[in-house]
Amino acid sequence: MRYSQKGMATEENKKTTTKANSQPASQQGFVYLPLIAGWLVPGGGHFLLRKWGRGALLAASILGMFVLGLAMQGKVYAGAHDILDILGLAGDLGNGLPYFISRMLGLGDVQVQVTTADWGTRFIVVAGLLNIIAAVDAHNLRTGRKS
Amino acid sequence: MGNPIFQPSHFTAVVLFALFASTVFGITMRETPRNMLRYGIYCFALFVAAAITLSWLMYFIAR
Repeated sequence: MRYSQKGMATEENKKTTTKANSQPASQQGFVYLPLIAGWLVPGGGHFLLRKWGRGALLAASILGMFVLGLAMQGKVYAGAHDILDILGLAGDLGNGLPYFISRMLGLGDVQVQVTTADWGTRFIVVAGLLNIIAAVDAHNLRTGRKS
Repeated sequence: MGNPIFQPSHFTAVVLFALFASTVFGITMRETPRNMLRYGIYCFALFVAAAITLSWLMYFIAR
């Protein structure tokens, strides 16, 4: 007699269930959470996956770059008036919460007048782009594409 | 508007940029800590070497 054993407590199904339950807590839940957390808080996605060392280094690098950019009087893009502004704004948005906090505090709301400020503007944009790379890396760790 | 709080030389800015970018590249592009470190150092060296080479190239072009 042929019948489906799907959902029954056969040996094979028991093994599958045990395997699914044995996943670490970091591998359960919403699959895009590390990606979103990593975008909002630099290194946050790795912290969520309990990769403390990697997360700390990523946070230090990205936040360090962002803060040094502001200290160099770099500009934080607020709007897009031409194509270069759109690219700058896209890069800045990659910083997540630090971008929104700096906007709220009025940091980086300056006209670039000195060379150092121009470098600072690039530091802030690149920090955002690096943060996106880090967030995608956290997503890859979560999905198992990377170990 | 006052002077910037942090005013590095051009080379210091390059080295800082290379350091931060290499750290992120090393961690995200490789899987094992040993390979991360090696790739990070490799990227850092390439960043700095490229900056110095291009600087000298532009120096001679400008003359």
